[in-house]
Amino acid sequence: MTNETQKSLFDKVWERHVVSFETHEQPATVFIDLHLIHEVTTPQAFTVLKERGLKVRRPDLTLATIDHSTPTLLNEDGSRPYVNEQAKKQVDLLLANAKTHGITTHGWDSPYRGIVHVMGPELGATQPGMTIVCGDSHTATHGAFGALAFGIGTTQVGHVLASQCILMRKPKSMCVWVDGELSDGVSAKDVILAIIANIGVGGGTGHVIEYRGTCFENMSMSERMTVCNMSIEAGARAGMIAPDVTTVAYFEDKVMAPDDLAQTASDWLSLASDPDCIYDKEVRLDAADIKPMVTYGTHPGMAMPIDGTIPQENEKALTYMNMQAGLAIAGTKVDTVFIGSCTNSRIEDFRVAAKILKGKSVAKSVTAVFVPGSEQVKAEAEGEGLDKIFLQAGAQWREPGCSMCIGMNGDIGRPGDLIVSTSNRNFEGRQGPGVRTVLASPATAAASAVKGVITDARGLS
Amino acid sequence: MSFAPFKTLTSQTLVLRTQNIDTDQIIPARFLTTTSREGLGKLAFNDWRYDADGKENNHPLNSDTAKACQILVTGHNFGCGSSREHAPWALMDYGLRAVISSEIADIFHTNSLKNGFLPIVIEASAHEWLLDNPGVDVTIDLETCEVRLPKNGGTYPFKTDPFSRHCLLAGQDELDYLLGQDAAIAKYEARNV
Repeated sequence: MTNETQKSLFDKVWERHVVSFETHEQPATVFIDLHLIHEVTTPQAFTVLKERGLKVRRPDLTLATIDHSTPTLLNEDGSRPYVNEQAKKQVDLLLANAKTHGITTHGWDSPYRGIVHVMGPELGATQPGMTIVCGDSHTATHGAFGALAFGIGTTQVGHVLASQCILMRKPKSMCVWVDGELSDGVSAKDVILAIIANIGVGGGTGHVIEYRGTCFENMSMSERMTVCNMSIEAGARAGMIAPDVTTVAYFEDKVMAPDDLAQTASDWLSLASDPDCIYDKEVRLDAADIKPMVTYGTHPGMAMPIDGTIPQENEKALTYMNMQAGLAIAGTKVDTVFIGSCTNSRIEDFRVAAKILKGKSVAKSVTAVFVPGSEQVKAEAEGEGLDKIFLQAGAQWREPGCSMCIGMNGDIGRPGDLIVSTSNRNFEGRQGPGVRTVLASPATAAASAVKGVITDARGLS
Repeated sequence: MSFAPFKTLTSQTLVLRTQNIDTDQIIPARFLTTTSREGLGKLAFNDWRYDADGKENNHPLNSDTAKACQILVTGHNFGCGSSREHAPWALMDYGLRAVISSEIADIFHTNSLKNGFLPIVIEASAHEWLLDNPGVDVTIDLETCEVRLPKNGGTYPFKTDPFSRHCLLAGQDELDYLLGQDAAIAKYEARNV
């Protein structure tokens, strides 16, 4: 028997933040605990504030950085090679707007600057039970901490700046259960690609996903972030994982962690879903069935096991990808390998890549671009000597940012190039006009860099 | 910001049968360095419409007929991917006021409503009819929440959030409503320091 007192993690976080309840006539007004902002989706929102003579209601709950339009290379004189004047103007405008409104900003001089979804958790700004929004669809990343975190458009960025609230009807709930042990060489990226392939790119539309089961319980916070990050690629508003001891331990060395961590932690742990709570939709996968995954088509749902043959469907996508149904995908020639993005640019991801690349070389035909998610990741990787391993192997080690995931800063491929990418989207033209993207884990990306073809890292000696 | 009220709209349909059209197709990321919301119509579906040298190709979206359409009909799951509000801005500046599909992605759906651009999810049979009959005159009636198809196509209801509908009919944005809740927000803040 189920009853209405049984609540899910999502129910609990939602209820804590309702300022005024949803009725037939109007949506709920939901309070936002943390508003992350960056240069791309805020200029027009600040313009509205200016036109209407409004202030930022809670600069103390707003945190800014620059990541999308920022160059990942430096000129010899230390200046930054922006892709164009407009990109520089956009970055400068964010810094100016944040200053005007008294918003804490991790700009060029901050040791914490980075991709907004890497930075928030690293600072400890992202915390369990929070509502977090950002004008970026990968805000779902923060759900790894048991926060309700989702992307919004620029109009809503303006709403949150002005009122610290958004208007929203409560989404439906969905549970993705994955129990069991992952096989050796299978990563969190493979798990989320398998989930999206299973439920489809629209499978989560209108829903908030909670990921449950031993597979996620056994994951590190970095791995959980990789999973939640790509919830949007299944169409979901958000993805969440209940806080547990792994979550609490993450905060021990974070600058913005609560002073009374032990006490706060007991509240965080109480957010876990009640045993008999019900979801609008449930899906189950067995961890043991999941293999290393790669995409073969033009959306993240077109994913397949790396040791399989390319499925015979969606001719248009296969034409764009220049791939042939029935053939093995492993062995396909690779032009570029990108390790980075809010999905896979944390220290753990580069450790995996370094283990594979140590003492080896990137194939001559491949350009390998490695972009740390933040200044913190960069410093930590360099502290461990990972940068030297990458540089000796012939890979590039760049300045932090979104880089080739979205290509807004000019980090793009050439038409026709095939990029094995640890990012989150393989849409047509996502990494440059005519570029073919194959999404993969850091291990697959590193192995493919070495071999010059799509390579299953499990077979690499 | 307010916009023109949306009550009824009759227009020829522009049909794009492709499924899962993502917002990177609607407006590629390299154009998002803009700091204004104006003038994005020429960039709508940029990589479909222009050759590498920037010349318009023979894609149907470049025809004068297409540019005169105000209602877009697309394959399943329109607007997935990135949260960029530049997508509805670009579609509106191109000349469109509504999109009809069998599924529309959440963030795109929300962003559209905030700009007076109406996203309509319609039942499968009507959706298929629209895909198979491009260029027909269709009427969208937001007062009755119905799509009326020509000939003997019939009339189909659609659901719209009552609050968004109210704002669209009045041409009002939601910010005033939110600002009007200042006291409730302050009370919440006082309770949750």
